[in-house]
Amino acid sequence: MGPTCVGQGVPRKEGEAKVAGRAAYVDDLRLPGMLHGVTVRSTAARGRILAVGFGDGIPWDELVVVTARDVPGVNHVTLLDTDQPCLADGVVNHWDEPVVLLAHADRHLLEEARRRVHVEVEPLPAVLTIEDSLECRTVVWGKDNVFADYRVERGDPDGARRAAVHVVVGVYRTGAQEQLYIETQGVIAVPEPEGGISVHGSMQCPYYVQKALGPILGLPPERVRVVQTVTGGGFGGKEEYPSMIAAHAALLARKARRPVKLVYDREEDIQATTKRHPSRTWHRTAVDAEGRLLAMEVDFVIDGGAYKTLSPVVLSRGLIHSTGPYRCENVRLRGRAVATSAPPHGAFRGFGAPQSIFAVERHLDRVARDLGLDPVELRRRNFLHRGDRTAVGQEVREEPDMEGLMEKALEESDYRARRVACRRARERPGETVRRGVGLAAFYHGSGFTGSGEVHLASVASLECGPEGRVEVQASSTEIGQGTSTILAQITAGALGVDYRLVEVAPPDTDRVPDSGPTVASRTCMVVGRLVERCAGQALEVLRAEGLLPGGGHDDAQFVEACRVWCARHGPLRTHARYEPPPGIRWDPERFQGDAYGAYSWAVYVARVAVDTLTWETRVEDLVAVQEVGRAVHPLLAAGQVEGGVAQGVGFALYEKVVWRGGRVANARMTDYVMPTSEDAPPIRVHFVERPYAHGPSGAKGLGELPMDGPAPAIIAAVEDATGAALDSVPLLPEDLMVAMEGVIESR
Amino acid sequence: MRAYLPAYHAEVPGSLRAALETMAREPGVWTPLAGGTDIMVLLAAGRLPPGKYLSIRGLPELSGIREEQGAVVLGALTTYREVRRSAMLGRRYPMLCLAAAASGAAAIQNRGTLGGNIVNGSPAADTPPALLCYDAELELISMATVRRVPYDGFHTGYKTMDLRPGELVRSVRLPARAEGAGALHYYRKVGTRSAQAISKVVFAALGSMEGGRVRACRIALGSVAPTVLRCRRTEGVVTGLPLDPARRREAAAVLRTEIAPIDDIRSTRAYRERVARNLLDDFLARLAATGGPGD
Ligand SMILES: Cc1cc2nc3c(=O)[nH]c(=O)nc-3n(C[C@H](O)[C@H](O)[C@H](O)COP(=O)(O)OP(=O)(O)OC[C@H]3O[C@@H](n4cnc5c(N)ncnc54)[C@H](O)[C@@H]3O)c2cc1C
Repeated sequence: MGPTCVGQGVPRKEGEAKVAGRAAYVDDLRLPGMLHGVTVRSTAARGRILAVGFGDGIPWDELVVVTARDVPGVNHVTLLDTDQPCLADGVVNHWDEPVVLLAHADRHLLEEARRRVHVEVEPLPAVLTIEDSLECRTVVWGKDNVFADYRVERGDPDGARRAAVHVVVGVYRTGAQEQLYIETQGVIAVPEPEGGISVHGSMQCPYYVQKALGPILGLPPERVRVVQTVTGGGFGGKEEYPSMIAAHAALLARKARRPVKLVYDREEDIQATTKRHPSRTWHRTAVDAEGRLLAMEVDFVIDGGAYKTLSPVVLSRGLIHSTGPYRCENVRLRGRAVATSAPPHGAFRGFGAPQSIFAVERHLDRVARDLGLDPVELRRRNFLHRGDRTAVGQEVREEPDMEGLMEKALEESDYRARRVACRRARERPGETVRRGVGLAAFYHGSGFTGSGEVHLASVASLECGPEGRVEVQASSTEIGQGTSTILAQITAGALGVDYRLVEVAPPDTDRVPDSGPTVASRTCMVVGRLVERCAGQALEVLRAEGLLPGGGHDDAQFVEACRVWCARHGPLRTHARYEPPPGIRWDPERFQGDAYGAYSWAVYVARVAVDTLTWETRVEDLVAVQEVGRAVHPLLAAGQVEGGVAQGVGFALYEKVVWRGGRVANARMTDYVMPTSEDAPPIRVHFVERPYAHGPSGAKGLGELPMDGPAPAIIAAVEDATGAALDSVPLLPEDLMVAMEGVIESR
Repeated sequence: MRAYLPAYHAEVPGSLRAALETMAREPGVWTPLAGGTDIMVLLAAGRLPPGKYLSIRGLPELSGIREEQGAVVLGALTTYREVRRSAMLGRRYPMLCLAAAASGAAAIQNRGTLGGNIVNGSPAADTPPALLCYDAELELISMATVRRVPYDGFHTGYKTMDLRPGELVRSVRLPARAEGAGALHYYRKVGTRSAQAISKVVFAALGSMEGGRVRACRIALGSVAPTVLRCRRTEGVVTGLPLDPARRREAAAVLRTEIAPIDDIRSTRAYRERVARNLLDDFLARLAATGGPGD
């Protein structure tokens, strides 16, 4: 057995094709007889559709036109609920809701046609903010605008608060954020014989699309084939929305009896598809004289937009992370996902946790400030240790050693000396630039929340061919994060063979089992583990047949063993189904128990410079220290952290969705200001490796974690630099100006 | 691509003369297309008026940077990249180079032109405040006439300007400077991010001191009014006088009455106004610190 490739920076499986330009994204594909599709959308936040008019000058009989009436099955996109129509019928509940679909071979004519369709809407009162929604003067969903309402209580928070020395209250907010994957949403639907359909597109979750399409088209799942094409990023934005666009393309293709391609441009993508849920979090925290947390009360509210989609699950992850990696015996948490007239908010890297972690980390800084304690010291006194319980009562089974991570982060960033130096510099007269440092400590649960993984019951399989070629079969998608590479590494490592012998099958519902969606930091830890088990079984089978020695083998022996096996029995196939780690239990009724199989832990430190003439903030340095079990591919892992930090910088300082009457007013990259590489700080990534017993080769989840820390660390640093009390993101220079008025005189 | 392409017609003339002839035949019908970095954005968004477009890119008569009796003449097709790379401009008109370096990013700098930046008429454009401080003149050419106009005053309102049907900007002329070597060139682009950004405030100022007094001072701003703006009344507050704090405050107060910023999707009126005043004050403080000859 050669040295394992786990832990090595092997070449990406799909890297060469991408770099050489051979990778075919959906918009690169052209099928014979293919039409293009476009979507006509609502032009009001809420209202009754009075009429749909088709203007002059367009040869309408040449176009394929689809409305709600053309939906053969149910007119809703199945997710947690069935409230979201596939095409608006009679009423619209948000701006840019799909109403009419058009298809034609000439995409220029199609654009002209789209402009001539007039959807006449009689407006109804809309709900534009979390506050409006909670007030319930206008009800836009159900009886009370509430999609989900969860409560958690442990210990005696009231008693603890009454006995406390200090009680600190704060309210924190986060804004919507656009995923901005490089490749916009797109699919091609192809009619198949006997009414079946196949869909090829950019997506994270092929089986979600299959599940949604069947009922809409009135087809059993086996007649709906979903194939993922090379995908240019997702970040959660291609978790639920592809079901919608796939359904639209499929409806057009069925009516046209021809393939139909539907690809959004950036403006439509920003305007119509999901974004991170805006949030508002209230904290009331009781502490003793030493700063120990006696009671934590949290009221966490997220804006779900017009339909339920995934909001309840986003809410539960957010709520579970809302008290941070801290020990507190007395907690009362309430979480609500509420309806507004915004386009539905959805999955985005972190899935509710970046919102609630921003709040708790800012709040702890406020507690420290009120107590006159150093933020580092306050955290040190309250970190979770082995044997402690989290807010939902999960016992921490392995020592997280948050102190160790924090110490490493402080050292790498030279935090203590910098803090002093920044303060001294601020006292010098005439300085227009002020510097500050800040930190955030946090954790992130890997895999689905609660019993999610048990319900998913994911399956992966493996096939060894006669030449010793191994194929990994899973529906987990490569979306730029490295799925194909790490699944191949884990498999090669477990089989004890060269990485190059292993390939990962393209996700295609006709060919691969349902290994669950590519979300929730679960691909490496959960699916990787399935794949590792498949490989272990294959070895056992070959050994039992006497084709491989028990002690170890080289590639040649493995190839020979496969050849013989295949000659005798045909290809060697193994599969594995998810089994929870021993002792994991979750009670969804009481919202108590083991919320996640494992957590990754981290401490980030940011240093910023604030120009007091313009209130512009520049992040000058960001140190990211994390423990994610084992890093299967250290280079890809570091890339995940760097990307997450850059997105976090955007979330903190740049990316503001400007809403006007429920519509996105800045739906272009000119005005939706994502940071450029010039705006990103040097990102210094450190992994502390502690192999996790139930992860493949010791790995836990990583994808979402780096989204959680930058915003609170950066805003803490801005607060350190300016002295202003800062409690919301994004914090644009305009906002900082307002916050600093009265704090310092501009020169 | 949201435009209906068949509604657009484009031609590539072989020479400046051919271009001017085409424009003269149908005055007001043809729109020049230079680097296309403003026009193509509108086309993709479906917001470019259908009609006839004339590609002037590559016409030698509109290209190149040359010195002419102490002045510098930049062809309208001069790109940001060419501006950035000119050591002579860097020495003599450094704010123009800073503006070019702060515009878009590499790809835009390779294609975008000075003439396009001017005629696009955006109040948020980044080179005009520098051009205003350097007292630039424009040379406008049509089949019938050639005229030279001061750049200050060229823009008559939001996206309107003193450019006649059939006329092209041939060149931008920067006169020899009179302030001398000790002058302070102060340029700040306050954009939404470090690159690929539309300005929220652009501030350019040029000043020199003599004997403790302001000898000359020119101040121009972008993104604070319907057009880019030379702030002559603010200049008047300080010119010929010493720069004590009271004078600086007065200048800031006058600047406030000279600009008319608005709230939009990129920023707020209050922010633009405060930043403009802060930058003015910073400029004047630095200018005062230069002292100047005879101090
Ligand atoms: C990604 C991006 C980033 C950008 N960043 C910046 C920035 O930071 N700062 C900034 O100021 N601008 C920026 N711009 C805008 C644009 O690049 C500039 O305004 C550029 O200078 C336009 O020049 P052009 O040659 O490309 O103009 P074109 O698009 O070809 O033309 C613009 C207008 O000028 C007219 N025109 C052009 N040349 C002449 C001429 N010689 N005579 C008469 N009329 C003429 C055209 O008819 C048209 O109306 C950016 C654009 C993009 C797409």
